[in-house]
Amino acid sequence: MTVMSLSKALNEGMRKAMEDDPKVLIMGEDVGKLGGVFRVTDGLQKDFGEDRVIDTPLAESGIIGTAIGLALRGYRPVCEIQFDGFVFPAADQIITQLAKMPMRSLGAIKLPVVVRIPCGGGIGAVEHHSESPEAYFTHTAGLRVVACSNPADAYSMIQQAIRSDDPVIFFEPKRRYWEKADVDTADTGWWTPMDKGLVVRPGTDVTLLTHGPMVKTCLEAAQAAEEEGRSLEVVDLRSLNPLDQPLVMESVRKTGRAVVVHEAPVNQGLGAELAARITEQCFYHLESPVLRVGGFSTPYPPSKLEEHYLPDLDRVLDAVDRAFAY
Amino acid sequence: MTIDASRGAEAPPELVQLLTPEGERVQHPDYDIDLTPEEVRSLYRDLVLVRRVDLEAVALQRQGELGIWASLLGQEAAQIGSGRALTDSDMAFPTYREHGVAWCRDVDPIKLLGLFRGVNNGGWDPKEHNFHLYTIVIGSQTLHAVGYAMGIQRDDAAAATIVYFGDGATSQGDVNESFIWASVFNAPIVFFCQNNQWAISEPLERQTRIPLYRRASGFGFPGVRVDGNDVFACLAVTRQALKNAREGQGPTLIEAFTYRMGAHTTTDDPTRYRVASELEAWKLKDPIERVKAYLFKNELADQTFLDGVEAEADQLGADLRRRCLALPDPEPLAIFDHVYAEPHALIDEERAQFAAYLEGFER
Ligand SMILES: Cc1ncc(C[n+]2csc(CCOP(=O)(O)OP(=O)(O)O)c2C)c(N)n1
Ligand SMILES: [Mg+2]
Repeated sequence: MTVMSLSKALNEGMRKAMEDDPKVLIMGEDVGKLGGVFRVTDGLQKDFGEDRVIDTPLAESGIIGTAIGLALRGYRPVCEIQFDGFVFPAADQIITQLAKMPMRSLGAIKLPVVVRIPCGGGIGAVEHHSESPEAYFTHTAGLRVVACSNPADAYSMIQQAIRSDDPVIFFEPKRRYWEKADVDTADTGWWTPMDKGLVVRPGTDVTLLTHGPMVKTCLEAAQAAEEEGRSLEVVDLRSLNPLDQPLVMESVRKTGRAVVVHEAPVNQGLGAELAARITEQCFYHLESPVLRVGGFSTPYPPSKLEEHYLPDLDRVLDAVDRAFAY
Repeated sequence: MTIDASRGAEAPPELVQLLTPEGERVQHPDYDIDLTPEEVRSLYRDLVLVRRVDLEAVALQRQGELGIWASLLGQEAAQIGSGRALTDSDMAFPTYREHGVAWCRDVDPIKLLGLFRGVNNGGWDPKEHNFHLYTIVIGSQTLHAVGYAMGIQRDDAAAATIVYFGDGATSQGDVNESFIWASVFNAPIVFFCQNNQWAISEPLERQTRIPLYRRASGFGFPGVRVDGNDVFACLAVTRQALKNAREGQGPTLIEAFTYRMGAHTTTDDPTRYRVASELEAWKLKDPIERVKAYLFKNELADQTFLDGVEAEADQLGADLRRRCLALPDPEPLAIFDHVYAEPHALIDEERAQFAAYLEGFER
């Protein structure tokens, strides 16, 4: 067991993947000498060389497009998009090519490309540095979409993503990069499959369904609720596409109430998909409608307002209250 | 992996310079400029004042008053030279670092701080100053600028557009597409690339194997490299390029060869990726010192003048600080403002819900 930050866990996970498989490459803006603006790739270029850890020209479409080409040639590129808001120049390559080429080839082509995206707000940044664009990608068939929330998952999930023969969009909660926890790097027995969620806190009254940066917020809300005599179960979805439906439904059937929490706008977001599926599959178990807590239907605001935009403990507990009020 | 480094490097790059780092006036066959003593003093004042605005902003960030700041240190001449070449009716599209150009467009420096303090996403009306909002997504604004120039062309207006971007930005698809559009439509635009040698931690070699200005010829318009630390040369070259654009001769790419003296932004640590000797070498080419030397050598200014500018800078800095601290935080419900130009039912609903939610805390 080693105590490490989420960013260090990702770093260690990538290091392990690179040691295990010489075809694994790291590419992106400033990932080499600088080690990335969040230092997630720190030291990898020094240890694996410039051929395997590539500082690319400043062009996201180029990063993903050439990663596809490298994958066609048998490499396993792990691409870093510097911030969530800068993935969009690459949207064409991701949506029209990365997601669809394998099917177009009738399975002859596999594209084991990982696209790492630091996501979410709460760090006082300027425009385009605090977004939660997961729904654009969960809506695109052909992509696996995952989100890690803690160091241990970061360590195991990044390695699973790299080993996956499918393209994986890998969300990293940037404001949790510096949170520390124990990670067991000696053994893989504890790894949960990347496409499975986890109950991170058991409870009986309400299920909080969440992912990435909001997991911690939901755990804090559950703690606070317990002091008021309410038992909240927190499910870390981890995989956003596919959703771990059996896990979600089992939890909601038990508690009878579900609140989805994410930073992305509520409107047309991941929560809508969860609410619809829960309604379809757990209708007779529900004590209240599925409620959603998330960002407003506005662009991410200037940082002085982000505390109002981001779901916090109060907003989560307010939704829990409403769920009980039915 | 070996690559032939000489590939694409025909003649050594030429640099337009009118004022040496030592403050000597030199001649150039294609570009010249005739400045009155008053004009030179005025350029000097601009350079000093924008540097002070920048230093004050860096200090404000250090003290937690700004979230982040992108310093223009070292790029004052490129920005003041090109900015002062613009006429009122010309339109400028900046990145996030063009505080000096903003100054030339009469944007009150306090308005630049809004974005970096996090109270808004850009606090001025672009139409009022013919100075567009800062654009953070690298390269996007180059296409907007070309489109704007195409509008000028259709209006038969006596104006041109200038767009600013960095050396890193030249790799973006948008920037290359903007070159194509400008060329095909012969748009009245000046592409002003401040090559400050770095894109965060990546040196120029990560973006190009040929001098950037030479890219222009492949797109079908002229390119010129100018000493970006020489305010006279930047002014002369930009003035000529804008004139050509207004007269229907189409685009020009200007590569202002300069250096980012500071960190990429206040969150960056350049000691991780570049050597101190590089910085020392560029210090000798300081854009302000050479104008000062020129003024002295030619007896165009005395110590009283310099002191006066210094005092003005002190005043400006203190004033900026005071007004920054006084900037009000936006109201929570401002989140819902200006998302749409016309009424939008969902926004109205969410605004009302959130207002009720906030009231719940007051009760
Ligand atoms: C599309 C996009 N990708 C990445 C970034 C992050 N980023 C901000 S500035 C920068 C480097 C820009 O370098 P350059 O164009 O040379 O301009 P400079 O900062 O040197 O003025 C990068 C990669 C961004 N803002 N937009
Ligand atoms: Mg640069």
